Amino acid sequence: MAKIFAVTIILIAIGSAIPILMHTWTLPQDISVHGPLIDEQYSDTMAEAGISFLASQFLLAFFIWKFSHPQPGAKIRNFPGGAMGLVIAAFLLVGTEVLALGVFGAKAWASVYFTPPAANAMPVQVQASQFAFYFRYPGPDGKFGPLHPELISEANQNFFGLDTTHDPDSKDDIVTAEMAIPVNREVHLLMHSKDLGHSFFVPELRVQQDFVPGLDLSVHFTATKVGKYEIVCTQLCGLGHYNMKAYLEVKSPEDFDSWLKQQAAMQ
Amino acid sequence: MHDMSAHVAPHGAPTSFIRKHVFSLDHKVIGKQYYGLALVAVFAGMVLSWLMRIHLGWTNFAIPGLHFLSANGAPGNVMTPEYYLQLMTMHGTIMVFFVLTTAPFAAFGNFFLPIQVGAEDMPFPHFNMMSFWVTFVAFLVLVSSFFVSDGPTLGGWTQYAPLSAIGAIAGPGQGLGVVLWATSIALFCVGQLLGALNFITTTLDMRTKGMSLMRLPLSAWAWFITSVMGLTAFSVLMPACILLILDHMAGTSFFVSSNLVINDQLQSAHSGGSTLLWQHLFWFFGHPEVYIAIVPGLGIVSHVLITNMRRPMLSHRVLIYSFGALAVLSYMVYGHHMFVSGMNPYSSLAFSFPTLIITIPSTVIVLIWLGSLYGSKLRINTASLFALGFISMFISGGISGFFLAQPSIDIMLHATYFVVGHFHLVMAVAAIFGIFAGTYFWFPKMTGRMMHEGMGKLHFWLTFVGAYCIFMPFHYLGIAGNVRRYQAFVDDYLQPLIPVHRFITVAALLTGLAQFIFLYNLIHSRFKGAPAPDNPWEATSLEWTTATPPPHDNFAGKLPVVYHDPYQYGIESSSGDYVMQNSPERIKTAYDEK
Repeated sequence: MAKIFAVTIILIAIGSAIPILMHTWTLPQDISVHGPLIDEQYSDTMAEAGISFLASQFLLAFFIWKFSHPQPGAKIRNFPGGAMGLVIAAFLLVGTEVLALGVFGAKAWASVYFTPPAANAMPVQVQASQFAFYFRYPGPDGKFGPLHPELISEANQNFFGLDTTHDPDSKDDIVTAEMAIPVNREVHLLMHSKDLGHSFFVPELRVQQDFVPGLDLSVHFTATKVGKYEIVCTQLCGLGHYNMKAYLEVKSPEDFDSWLKQQAAMQ
Repeated sequence: MHDMSAHVAPHGAPTSFIRKHVFSLDHKVIGKQYYGLALVAVFAGMVLSWLMRIHLGWTNFAIPGLHFLSANGAPGNVMTPEYYLQLMTMHGTIMVFFVLTTAPFAAFGNFFLPIQVGAEDMPFPHFNMMSFWVTFVAFLVLVSSFFVSDGPTLGGWTQYAPLSAIGAIAGPGQGLGVVLWATSIALFCVGQLLGALNFITTTLDMRTKGMSLMRLPLSAWAWFITSVMGLTAFSVLMPACILLILDHMAGTSFFVSSNLVINDQLQSAHSGGSTLLWQHLFWFFGHPEVYIAIVPGLGIVSHVLITNMRRPMLSHRVLIYSFGALAVLSYMVYGHHMFVSGMNPYSSLAFSFPTLIITIPSTVIVLIWLGSLYGSKLRINTASLFALGFISMFISGGISGFFLAQPSIDIMLHATYFVVGHFHLVMAVAAIFGIFAGTYFWFPKMTGRMMHEGMGKLHFWLTFVGAYCIFMPFHYLGIAGNVRRYQAFVDDYLQPLIPVHRFITVAALLTGLAQFIFLYNLIHSRFKGAPAPDNPWEATSLEWTTATPPPHDNFAGKLPVVYHDPYQYGIESSSGDYVMQNSPERIKTAYDEK
């Protein structure tokens, strides 16, 4: 039975690795400037974790196979190098591995979070609510008007609580149900939740960031490929959480300009 | 080390049924009660997972009889979106608290820690009894939420605010359901704190003559370390739950910020709270909780393996220090649950490095196990199969932690099924393999009867292969971007992944069915199993030196004296290749570090 068990462990280990090696399921395509660093970090981690996984499982299987049927009168033997050798190996191998992953991973993280958006980054505000995203563009004046929570109303389609009567900056703000951005231009996404915790996740954009009620956050990114992508919520926000989504359209600058004009006309 | 008789609140052997089996002061009965509670909870949690899995595979499938559980939640026997989330929340809460915490720690620890240290009971038997009964009431309170107006809370076992704190307006179960959830968990914390107090004092003050700390078995060390973690972790969660209840009942705003607009209504009753505060409090408990679930398993599996390898571990001390390192580091890593939460991004790196470093003691533990297997005389039985299976699961589940420890990769994998696969393998499946290993190993001592080995091995094979079929594909789903906590997959990019979900559902149903083999074996063997000898596995620690099952005071009035380290195997002695801890026989050859 021990030998069957050992073979089973090896088959499971190999079977688990095959979909990874065959790229049956992979990270979605990357369409961001900062994404390659994250993807490289992911690939390096997969290589190191994969080798550790296979080596450990194979060793476990091999020892089960070899030491479960001892010869009569066989003596207990100690692993060469004993416990201290293994502890040193763990510190050196895994210590080096995690240090390398940590340092290089920090670089990838810093590329997303430790750099401010460029001065000419295009501001877009996203409002999260049960169970929809709404987007706001500042209009020709380049300024967002203030939010008035007491004016927020789905019924009146005032999703951001804008007071266009009294706030001059709000007058030209453009509110949309879908997000469009120009390709190869940095976007500064200002995040606000009107009700609960939500999240903004676009797998292809390599962006995931929670909305925190009471705390306005922002992320910035540059999309590099024209196309239509899904924005999904990853923070449990209630019964319609699974259906909280919007589309992100990455457009050529010309198409984006005409789209924005079209949206402005519809306000 | 003391003569412990002076320290136990005296209580004679009970005579009435109530005092013997219900409100018992005997740590062994309390251990069995915890085990029974965990058994009920684990099957309840498993059935909930079946319902969830069926729904995820075939969203509009009518599950016969489901409307009996909730007419509103399953009209026409088809689960509503909110009911899926409610069942999911209850599955997670029941499993994490009432199975993974109670079975390996409170059940086995209660039964065996006093015996392994050579004591006649724990020092505070009334606290011990109270610990179980408070936990039992906590379970009833949680389950009662199934039967209140709009059902249990749907906020997930993590109960993030403000969804959990704002009240019924946020959705079904978010009013009374949350209050019952928080009350249950606060009560659970009280039970675990009382238990931790007993475990710590038992280990430190109740050891019999000759039982130095380093002579404690690894299982006892694991329970001791876990109880220290429990003391600090549950004492943070309990007040957090009380604050959450106050937000509901007393108009406070600990976790609710100002100016929230829900259903077009400005929530003017609340202002000024912090939604991230809940996450900090919860995960300060939540991450140590992972180790509260798994460290007892590390100890139990080591204990079972040593007996079946017929040799001590390469280093007793290194394993103990590694368990301790896991415990200490577990408090420094909790922020890795919050990399994309809006927490200061610099602190993400501060939490990332300890998370990566925690792989070092984990690796040391695995390497010591593997190095000890080398050159051993491995006996294959159901207990050792589950212990070896634990190692395989612990490796598989632990390694995916490399990914989630790094904030940059977490951007892609956070809140996906990759996380679900990771924590199920390392925290749930591995811990449950530890519970199975402990059950098959200690059942003879607990009941006086042997479990059926054939059924045990069948149970093992189906569970081992089945668990991998369920939980390994979760990682692939996560890599492909499949978000967790969705009741249906409506996004375009998730459509190709639905067949994988269906495969997982079938695997979960079959693996779940296999657990009934275990249940049958457990119940049948309890009454009809072959009588167990006092030491069926030729083991060395003190639980095997006493009668089977042990008498009320564990050692029939004569406390043992300990002469040896706990694992004297692979030697030449009058009894064979081992010497028991209480044997004064001199040892000719030992394989422990010296």
